[in-house]
Amino acid sequence: MKMSQHPLVMIGLVAAVTLAGRALPTWTLSLATIAASNALIALGIVVLARTGNVSFGQGLFFAAGGYGVALIANAWGLTDAVAQVIVGAACGGLLGLVIGPLIARYSGIFFGMLTLALSMVFYGALVKSTALGGSDGFNVGRPSLFGMSFTDPREADFMLYAVSVIVTGFAGIAATILFRSEFGLASLAVRENNLRVEYLGLSANRIISINFLIAAIFAGASGAFALMAQRHIDPQFAYWTTSGEFVFVAVLAGNQSVAAVFVASMALELVRSFSNLYLPNTWQLVLGVFLLGVILFLPHGIGSLWIRDRRKRRISATAPLTAERGAAP
Amino acid sequence: MNFFLTIILDGLIQASWLFIVALGLTLVFGVLKILNIAHGSFYALGAYIAATAVTMVAARGLPPSVGFVAMLLSVTLIASAVGLLLERGLLKMFYGRDEVVLLLVTYAVFLILEDVTKLIWGVNPIYATQPYELFGNLEFAGLYYVGYDLVLIPISAMVGFAIWFGLNRTVIGKIVLAVIHNEEMSVSMGVRVNRVYAIAFAFGVLLAALAGALTAPKISMQPGLSSDVIILSFAIVVIGGLGSVEGAAVGAILVGLARAASVHLMPQAELFMIYLIMAAVLMFRPEGLFKRETARRI
Repeated sequence: MKMSQHPLVMIGLVAAVTLAGRALPTWTLSLATIAASNALIALGIVVLARTGNVSFGQGLFFAAGGYGVALIANAWGLTDAVAQVIVGAACGGLLGLVIGPLIARYSGIFFGMLTLALSMVFYGALVKSTALGGSDGFNVGRPSLFGMSFTDPREADFMLYAVSVIVTGFAGIAATILFRSEFGLASLAVRENNLRVEYLGLSANRIISINFLIAAIFAGASGAFALMAQRHIDPQFAYWTTSGEFVFVAVLAGNQSVAAVFVASMALELVRSFSNLYLPNTWQLVLGVFLLGVILFLPHGIGSLWIRDRRKRRISATAPLTAERGAAP
Repeated sequence: MNFFLTIILDGLIQASWLFIVALGLTLVFGVLKILNIAHGSFYALGAYIAATAVTMVAARGLPPSVGFVAMLLSVTLIASAVGLLLERGLLKMFYGRDEVVLLLVTYAVFLILEDVTKLIWGVNPIYATQPYELFGNLEFAGLYYVGYDLVLIPISAMVGFAIWFGLNRTVIGKIVLAVIHNEEMSVSMGVRVNRVYAIAFAFGVLLAALAGALTAPKISMQPGLSSDVIILSFAIVVIGGLGSVEGAAVGAILVGLARAASVHLMPQAELFMIYLIMAAVLMFRPEGLFKRETARRI
């Protein structure tokens, strides 16, 4: 086991990043909160992508988490940040539990299309539901933590930052452990050849369903964070371009490293806010060019900058060579 | 009785332009195996170009019929050029990659085009209503319709027939079908697959832009147009079966009718209905209504 992947080291890292928030200027703080929240949902997509399936409809669970938390907050006055994250994760998870097994039979482009369709069904329903504010959505109150309410906006921002970094950090640690576990390796095997996995006595559908559930839980929790950060929710949460952005982060990160997801998410938020500042009408253009560049030059994502799959490199380094040698006269 | 007739006519009018958009999407998927998210952007591009052409013609004091012809010509020229340029300059670099990666490449193109249209035409709504009065108003079984809307139905049928004829009754079409069916075999028989790819993609872009031009006089052009259209055309090709011309026609009619019916009966359920149909089709016939079963796991 590598030193940098030891759970204690990772917990230390999360604590250090949380405390570093004290020193950050206010604008970076809210930026980092959104980045951490987006990293959480993108992490879910990476978890699922290890089975070879990309979900283009994570906005469904994102919105389910957000709306679930918002409705409960307004109806019962639940304002505690940690409780809201748990409620969001539960809403996303419940939905994922229902949809996952149904959708696990599909793969590739059909999987993507079906997830997209489901999120758009939800979007369509949300836009037209007057009880939920229609396309305008509705507002929720400021979150509190363990009975403390924060009137100073700086303190409130830091609280949200701390909760989102800690939750996302622990999700990342859990994902690292999961990736190395027997289950995580079996997920990779499903991507390579699902038929062989079945021959080994494992159920590929079950593996995909469980990974789907994990992704849905992460997305629901992420929806709760987005709600707390904006204190407002609208159907845009479920629109397909929202889901597209999360897939964007996941592709940027690649599926080799959990840390890459956080780096990618932060990079996206920085690119977005800087181009918002200097090129206010063309940030999508910048984003598109950025995405094309990453796909072209870093096909395995940002993570491939510092993590190299040693086994793969050895194969790819020798295989073409021997082939060439064999062909040479 | 009239009520149902209204729904059916409205549905067919919707279906007529949706069919042209979906045809382009399904053609590109059939040949290049790319699900093109940027397809809606080409629709919006066509609509914007048409609006510019119509406004320029109207500013010179020429009649709207000239504007109608000018808009079709300019869109045809620009869209084919854009299509060829994009395929040769960009998409070519990503062939052989995973189909999900290609999906993301087109997503990036969508993001870029979204801002390019904003840069050129701004964010305020643009109108090009002059050709809309071209065919006057018609009375049909006691209902009044704008002639332009009704003319769209035969135009779309003609486009569909032309594509079907081109694919099934000409040599070039047969070659394209061969590439759709088995690319490796076509290569070994001497087909220049690269050229087929470029032509098919340019044609797909052209069809989307043409539909945009034809609807331009009916609507207001503003940001967000492309993402709404792509969502509808996705639903159509998935319902009909990716890569199938007949499927696109049936899908378009189904979606058009569903839209018209929900607008008249249950306006809350419009988008919801369409995606519910799509999800149901995917659940029970994931290859779409019109596609033969293949052996691979979907």
